[in-house]
Amino acid sequence: MLGLQALFFYIFAFIAVGGALMVVLARNPVHSVLFLILTFVAAAGLFLLAGAEFLALILIVVYVGAVAILFLFVVMMLDLDFGQMKKGALKYAPFGLIIGLVLLAELIIAGTGSAYHPELAKATALPMQPLYEMSNIRALGSVLYTRYILFFQLAGLILFVAMVGAIVLTLRHKQGLKRQSIPAQVARNPATAIEIRKVESGRGI
Amino acid sequence: MEIGLGHYLTVAAILFVTGVFGIFMNRKNIITILMSVELILLAVNINMVAFSAFLGDLVGQVFALFILTVAAAEAAIGLAILVVFFRNRGSIAVDDVNTMKG
Repeated sequence: MLGLQALFFYIFAFIAVGGALMVVLARNPVHSVLFLILTFVAAAGLFLLAGAEFLALILIVVYVGAVAILFLFVVMMLDLDFGQMKKGALKYAPFGLIIGLVLLAELIIAGTGSAYHPELAKATALPMQPLYEMSNIRALGSVLYTRYILFFQLAGLILFVAMVGAIVLTLRHKQGLKRQSIPAQVARNPATAIEIRKVESGRGI
Repeated sequence: MEIGLGHYLTVAAILFVTGVFGIFMNRKNIITILMSVELILLAVNINMVAFSAFLGDLVGQVFALFILTVAAAEAAIGLAILVVFFRNRGSIAVDDVNTMKG
């Protein structure tokens, strides 16, 4: 069973890394978005292997189902010239490569350095229950709604602000559209609302 | 071969560096820059979940959830700004973002 786990880890890891590289390198932004979805699905597989079942499914629902599709909508909605988009990209590639390599070296130094102590594992803030005692989602819920309720509410507030902000930013009032005007409706009085006409009997208006 | 914490951290580090490289590489296309930011946040999430799993600490997963929330909000706002910018300028190149100069 251990070999199977390693096999799946490597499959998901290589798909994730390859997908991420293609996100950056793809010529067409639509392909970039599709590779981003592939990366997210592979990362969800990694989460599953690590035992974070709820987060894996949330990753698929939120990232693939909402964020990536939002990207796809925007890419297809904007009338972009994909051809000249990559022109001059190689100008910045060496600079980006240098920054990336420096960062990677820093991460390797940090990872292999002496900063990580195994005894830190004993000083966990919130020890996890074994999976056969309590499922992952139940354990998360029992923590999220009690100990981290304030953070949870703040996360909801952030989402609310983001929603209002996105609507306000993209809302556009077109001229010449018929729309409801509440002040005009409230300000109506009998003099302006009703028109009385004398209609002679036997003839229409 | 057993999969340890180091394996997850390596994958996350590679994803992170790829995201940073993507930010510098794509100067013509803000959408790809936003996608690179998503990659970076995903790498952070993988780190969080890996530490949570291997230290047996649930708080890592709780905070990964919050990072997910903030990433979703950031993507929504970023894309909204992008749409407004495209409406005004007709382009999404980083080089054209210079109206606030001076």
